[in-house]
Amino acid sequence: MNNRIMDQAGSAYREVDGKRRQVLQLGGGMAVLAAAIAAGLIKPELAFAQDWNKAAFDTHSVADTVKALGGGAPAESKDIQIVAPDIAENGAVVPITITSNIPKTQSIAVLVEKNPNTLAASFDIPEGTDPYVQTRVKMGQTSLITALVKADGKYYFVNKEVKVTLGGCGG
Amino acid sequence: MPGKLMRLVLLAACALAATAVAQAPGNDDEIARNRQALQEDNPAELWEARGEALWSAKRGPKQASLAQCDLGLGPGVVKGAYVQLPRYFSDTGKVQDLESRLVTCMVTLQGMAREEVVKNPFGSPEHQSDMEALATYIAGRSRGMRMNVVLARPEEQEAYRLGEKIFYYRAGPYDFGCVTCHGADNKRIRLQALPDLTQAKGAQSAYTGWPAYRIGAGEVRTMQQRLADCFRQQRFPDVAYASDTVTALTLFLAKNANGGTMNAPGVKL
Amino acid sequence: MAEPMKIRATMQGDKVEVKVLMNHEMETGQRKDAKGATVPAHFIQSVVATCNDKTVLSAQWGTAVSKNPFLSFRFKGGKPGDKVIITWTDNKGDKRTDEAVIAAPAA
Repeated sequence: MNNRIMDQAGSAYREVDGKRRQVLQLGGGMAVLAAAIAAGLIKPELAFAQDWNKAAFDTHSVADTVKALGGGAPAESKDIQIVAPDIAENGAVVPITITSNIPKTQSIAVLVEKNPNTLAASFDIPEGTDPYVQTRVKMGQTSLITALVKADGKYYFVNKEVKVTLGGCGG
Repeated sequence: MPGKLMRLVLLAACALAATAVAQAPGNDDEIARNRQALQEDNPAELWEARGEALWSAKRGPKQASLAQCDLGLGPGVVKGAYVQLPRYFSDTGKVQDLESRLVTCMVTLQGMAREEVVKNPFGSPEHQSDMEALATYIAGRSRGMRMNVVLARPEEQEAYRLGEKIFYYRAGPYDFGCVTCHGADNKRIRLQALPDLTQAKGAQSAYTGWPAYRIGAGEVRTMQQRLADCFRQQRFPDVAYASDTVTALTLFLAKNANGGTMNAPGVKL
Repeated sequence: MAEPMKIRATMQGDKVEVKVLMNHEMETGQRKDAKGATVPAHFIQSVVATCNDKTVLSAQWGTAVSKNPFLSFRFKGGKPGDKVIITWTDNKGDKRTDEAVIAAPAA
């Protein structure tokens, strides 16, 4: 029984490509979910996947991404560090580490200028968590990586170029 | 003769390409650093975990696990098995490498059909490979140990000679052999340095990093798949999975890599 | 049923350092399979990490995050023995939740 509630809870907000999840048609999905949360079966923040910001993941420039995230023009900042390879042997896996030293950092986003869609990932930093993330992104070609930081309601950025090559034979 | 001319043109082109990237060696450190960063949190760990579960899972028509599988150090001994493979096994009467031995165990202990086991051995987004997971787990259990292939028996010595012969055998439309790319120092293809597999240093650096997470594929691959890929890149006919050819060539490389410290699963392009 | 993640949570001073490897294809929706058909996008859209009932990180991802995603972050407020729970949800509605116990610092 628990499993079904979890599935419904997890799917309740899904609407992908215009197709509604079947669970919504069953009706009562939300009521079941509310009941489950009230009964302590599911913790609220785990039940609802964050609303995925489709608009932000559809943009093709840093400026458009910031707009989609609800911000104004970002200011370049020396207080953001990007660690990424100068040359990536394979664009499929490029390790990126971003550290923000700007006080009151709320979120960190990774943008890849020349990718089909600019925004790769966005991280919300709650209080108590370091403004630091490490992840790996795909790069279609040599491009600037932009670390976009939202701190105290304002946006900041720094760029780093990563050259993407096609390696040798894969050995 | 057109053939000879073609070869000359190809050689010239290769030489040109080789000199064109002669400055690239300066990037080798950067590349090595990058690979190191990826290896510290290697996606291959996911395969290692799956392989460990597969080793003890009761599977196949006989509903048996691989716990009695003898990889050369006795039934069920996994730690240290990889560094002494390939080797001769008396129950099959032949020299076998890791995957060939896993096939034997799956067939005899678990009752699986050989055709089923060797069909589709390389994973893809559409299908997982049990072989790759098991090989990753087993090789991982030799981490930190030195390669120690011993050619004690005549069968092993013969297999080594065969592997060496295959290594130097030139064929295919480019008239390539393994030796073409891997027979001397300081060769490279684009940004990638090519190890000299006939010498200990090159063989060690190449062999001890497999199985590896191949970034381009997003999958873990074994030494066998790397060899199969080399065959493809040379436009050779496909090499049969778990065949004697693969075992012989693997034995040649493994023995040349003796003394090298196993560091698998690694990360490769 | 999605494959398990590999989570490592260790103390680094007074902070918890978390490293996660997730098992996911992260299909961009641009790849064609062997038969020439386009493989539909299938990727993790959101990740939530909690410790002691508090969210310590939440993320939204697009298709440009690498296959078999890796994530590392650090937070204060956990101690050895506490659990870090991580959940991912993908664009098909699949979810996966795994947890790890925070390890004491190496002696």
